[in-house]
Amino acid sequence: MSLPPTAEAAADDQTYAVVEEEHGLSPRRVGPVVMDIRNITLRFGGVVAIKDISFDIREGEIRAIIGPNGAGKSSMLNVINGFYHPQEGEIWFRGEKRGSMKPHEIAKQGIARTFQNIALFKGMTTLDNIMTGRLTKMRRNMFWQAVWSGPAEAEEIEHREKVEKIIDFLEIQHIRKTPVGRLPYGLQKRVELGRALAAEPQLLLLDEPMAGMNVEEKEDMSRFILDVNEEFGTTIALIEHDMGVVMDISDRVVVLDYGRKIGDGTPDEVRTNQDVIDAYLGVAHD
Amino acid sequence: MFLTDPFFWEIVVSGLLAGVMYSLVALGFVLIFKASGIFNFAQGVFALFAALTLVGFQTGQVPFAHLLSWITGTSIHTWGSGMPTLVAIVFALLVMIGLAWLVVRIVLRPLVNQEGIILFMATIGLAFVLEGTGDLMWGANVKALDVGLPQGPSDTIIDATGMFVDKLEISAAVVAVLLVVALTLFSQFTRMGRALRAVADDHQAALSVGISLETIWWIVWSIAGIVALVAGIMWGAKSGVQFSLSLIALKALPVLMLGGFTSIPGAIVGGLIIGVGEKVFELYVGPMIGGATENWFAYMLALLFLLFRPQGLFGEKIIERV
Repeated sequence: MSLPPTAEAAADDQTYAVVEEEHGLSPRRVGPVVMDIRNITLRFGGVVAIKDISFDIREGEIRAIIGPNGAGKSSMLNVINGFYHPQEGEIWFRGEKRGSMKPHEIAKQGIARTFQNIALFKGMTTLDNIMTGRLTKMRRNMFWQAVWSGPAEAEEIEHREKVEKIIDFLEIQHIRKTPVGRLPYGLQKRVELGRALAAEPQLLLLDEPMAGMNVEEKEDMSRFILDVNEEFGTTIALIEHDMGVVMDISDRVVVLDYGRKIGDGTPDEVRTNQDVIDAYLGVAHD
Repeated sequence: MFLTDPFFWEIVVSGLLAGVMYSLVALGFVLIFKASGIFNFAQGVFALFAALTLVGFQTGQVPFAHLLSWITGTSIHTWGSGMPTLVAIVFALLVMIGLAWLVVRIVLRPLVNQEGIILFMATIGLAFVLEGTGDLMWGANVKALDVGLPQGPSDTIIDATGMFVDKLEISAAVVAVLLVVALTLFSQFTRMGRALRAVADDHQAALSVGISLETIWWIVWSIAGIVALVAGIMWGAKSGVQFSLSLIALKALPVLMLGGFTSIPGAIVGGLIIGVGEKVFELYVGPMIGGATENWFAYMLALLFLLFRPQGLFGEKIIERV
């Protein structure tokens, strides 16, 4: 048997995958399209927030949505999770066209998300916050819940175990019982990620998971995102402003500007796309 | 020394029991405020409406009898001898749950994501509409409500301690304790409780974890309706079912300011403090300043709390970060 993959081998993804397979490990695989967004147009009165945008998200990939401020990135995420209803276009999820659905129904379908400016339940503890993520998975009806016995209790314990695993995974054991309102910003972001993970989502939407973080916190968060993707095979769509991070962790990037799509492809393709460079650096008008 | 004065203790006990009655009303406010951030001005009218409906079912009144007679030219006001009390209570419960559903569909749903103050205004409108509807349905006359609760002074207590305690108020206390225990268990130890607290904290986040706002609101307003029914029964049995029942809501305000708008135990303790406070104040300070202090004591106490501890005794401190 040969040596485990070395740092040199890891530098090259292809080699890394081959070596992994030799060792009987399954390398990360990107599967078929899990979400297909077709010709979405979203208007607020006369303002067109998103204009005729199409792209897809493949199973198991990390898909980034980037663009300057006001490009329609957050609106796009809000369309995917059902906060906004686009005037035109279709969304296909797992091979089925999605009708008009409410956000809580979409959450039950397996789409979880975090928010740009943290939407945690501030009065609750970390543990309770992450437990709310399990609500879609709980089956016992209200009557059992109300009498709090037998089956409902067993179910609670089962969910609690899953949540403890997530807490371990995100390394937030020490703040398990702390009300999240008291936590520093970086940890709140992590708890929010934990709540989204607790739903065991098929598709995880992250709205600027690293906004306002320092370098160290950003590195931690990047590591968690990659780990989630690799260990649980979770499909992730994320919005991020830090180009360095985006280019490092994502498989494919879609670039929006003024509500239109101006680029789509691997980080390398996007980096060399003239439209994208223009959007970010400005164009000389002569 | 006033502590050895049996009259003092009688005042304290009757104050405590009156306080329980205030707490019953305040509870309804707290529930809705906790789960939706709405101060429901209509809570008092809810109690009135619930009591009216109960009496109506009990005595076999035809709802909208005057209106129906006017339209059809007949004069049918009753449909029989009425229902047994327990059946009537069950039906009144169903009406309150139906009412909660209507409120969510007609009032709350179009106002999702609006400011708290706008929702508050909507509940003022709701109070007027419901009051009018109640009059139209069951008539505006004062009605007696008898649900078979014991009335009058308790002989056992008089014999044992020499204190005069109304049996009805004892039942009210027992009911209030049961209600609070049930509500606390419900909101602390169940999935529904966690969902309730989540909705109160953040609408968007609640939706994103798969909680249906409408279902939660319906449940909360139904519970508030049930609490209103209990309060309506107790107050109705005490002083008759009449329009002034909706004004007991005003007495609940100082209770809430004392206890804090977000705390169920706060509503209870606040009610007890006000109940005892106003009786004792009337007894010892009243004669010095000309009496009739019971009308304003609660509000003065609330004012003091607003000055020194605006979040109340048990409420969450509201911190705005800029």
